[in-house]
Amino acid sequence: MTALTMPARPDADGDASPRPIPWRRMAGVTWRQHRAALASVAVLLGALAVWLWRMGVPLHQAYAAAVACHPAASAACQDLVGGFNSSADGHFMGSKGPGGVLLQVLPALIGAFVGAPVLARELETGTFRFAWTQGFVRWRWALGKLVLLAVVLAVATAAFGALVAWYFQPYGGASPQVPGLFENSPFGDLFSLREVTFPAWTVAAFAIAALAGMLIRRVVPAIVATLAVYAGLAFATAGLLREHYLTPLVTTAVSLPGASTAWVIGQWSTLNGRFAYAGDPPLNLVNQYCGSNSGAKGGPPGAVFTQCLAPHGYVQWTSYQPTSRLWPFQWIEGGWLLALSALLIAVTVWLVQRRAA
Amino acid sequence: MNVIEAGGLGKRYGRTWALRECTLEIPAGRVTALVGPNGAGKTTLLNLAVGLTPPSAGAVTVLGGRRAGSPAALDAIAFVAQDTPLYKTLSVADMIYVTRSLNRRFDQPYAKARLDELGIPPKRKSGKLSGGQQAQLALTLALARRPQLLVLDEPVAALDPVARHDFMATVLAAAAADGVSVLLSSHVLTELERVTSYLVLMSRGRVQLAGEVGDLLAAHGQASLEELAMTYLRETTPEVTR
Repeated sequence: MTALTMPARPDADGDASPRPIPWRRMAGVTWRQHRAALASVAVLLGALAVWLWRMGVPLHQAYAAAVACHPAASAACQDLVGGFNSSADGHFMGSKGPGGVLLQVLPALIGAFVGAPVLARELETGTFRFAWTQGFVRWRWALGKLVLLAVVLAVATAAFGALVAWYFQPYGGASPQVPGLFENSPFGDLFSLREVTFPAWTVAAFAIAALAGMLIRRVVPAIVATLAVYAGLAFATAGLLREHYLTPLVTTAVSLPGASTAWVIGQWSTLNGRFAYAGDPPLNLVNQYCGSNSGAKGGPPGAVFTQCLAPHGYVQWTSYQPTSRLWPFQWIEGGWLLALSALLIAVTVWLVQRRAA
Repeated sequence: MNVIEAGGLGKRYGRTWALRECTLEIPAGRVTALVGPNGAGKTTLLNLAVGLTPPSAGAVTVLGGRRAGSPAALDAIAFVAQDTPLYKTLSVADMIYVTRSLNRRFDQPYAKARLDELGIPPKRKSGKLSGGQQAQLALTLALARRPQLLVLDEPVAALDPVARHDFMATVLAAAAADGVSVLLSSHVLTELERVTSYLVLMSRGRVQLAGEVGDLLAAHGQASLEELAMTYLRETTPEVTR
């Protein structure tokens, strides 16, 4: 076999530090290496989007019809409201259906599935010896790849988050003239699936997965580790962290301003300016003052006791996050998640540059 | 100019020294063979030279004083690692695209012509190529970068005799026609006999002997590289190299 001879090298440049190769070249490289994963994500989100859209349109129509109906107290209008409520209530993707909870795993799955192989696959198959000895320089290779993939994921999941928020809108819609319509707080389970939080959680999962892949060096264990860390972070955020983003408002009003879509953080009562009890009143107080038939009229369940204890000097306090804080809360959560992701990506890139082969 | 200069170079993994007290100057324009039994430290020395791993002691520079792993060094060195790692799911054409994108220089016409000549179809996934073809693809990608130094780690260990011959022919052609310096490691001596002009013998993490092949043969009174290596390594190591 004969070998081709090569034309002379353009110039034997011995200069100390050549101009870096343009970043944009990573776009084609990243696409070729990760198109299968990105295409899978696109198909998954696309199929879910079509499904949500097809269910969402009649849902919105039924809701709009119930709200627009006049007079609201008429039998025909009550039928519309009842129809909307019953159709939505038992629904898989209803306000109490399992669908919304299942959507919670999407950011973790997408992030782990795309992020874990970025470095773990290279280390698993030995191709890092190829990638890290090219002229592009390995820390730039890692940074370019991770940032590109994170941006693509963020854009795709932001669009999907907007669709999810749109779909669940009727369940959260508070309508004073149509009592009985769903009035779910936007701070509930679906808070992390909205326009800002959905992409932020996805990018966080991606960054966790990339770092896990770099540390564990194998794809499947890195995915498992990512899901575990993500679950811990998500539960800690929902259970402990989120309510402290802004100082809660405190009121003594029995029915909260901003209707029932506000997020109640805590309730406690005082007697003569001193703390009496937290939450529901103790049984002995109820027996002493409220009797068997307190005669209180309607209102939320806890309000019954509050009303019969009020004449005896007990004041109930409620700390809550008003519905108007939805967007500040979205940006606060999105902001710290993106900062965390940036930090994790920086650590990953640093590890790539300093790791011994 | 020296393609590799190492001074007191050492690499420790945990408590074991894979390479120690390595002081070496490999001149440019040679085909240098790094020969020694498995575990002698050959791969470690090559990883240090291409900047994949940082030294635990001493220092190594390449191509006239460039720090190993620096942008200037990466720019001018092409490395083909052991078992020629390629992205198995990418087509040959995509491998060319990736390599071209990641380097300042890439001789696309050379790569295309070379793969045509080898009968490697551009649309085939690189994982579906034969072992010999994968090695040739990796070598072609490396040479198309027009490196000043080509580093090959055990390039022919996994190849059958015909593929070995073809592979070394390509390496030699590049060295002869374009003046590419070549540094390759091997524990197989037979294929190196014809091509090597500079020899580095290693065992147990140390460089035992280094020099021009002609000089070494004359000084040690041996007729061939294989005899020289066998005699020398038998004296210094309990294992026998093949």
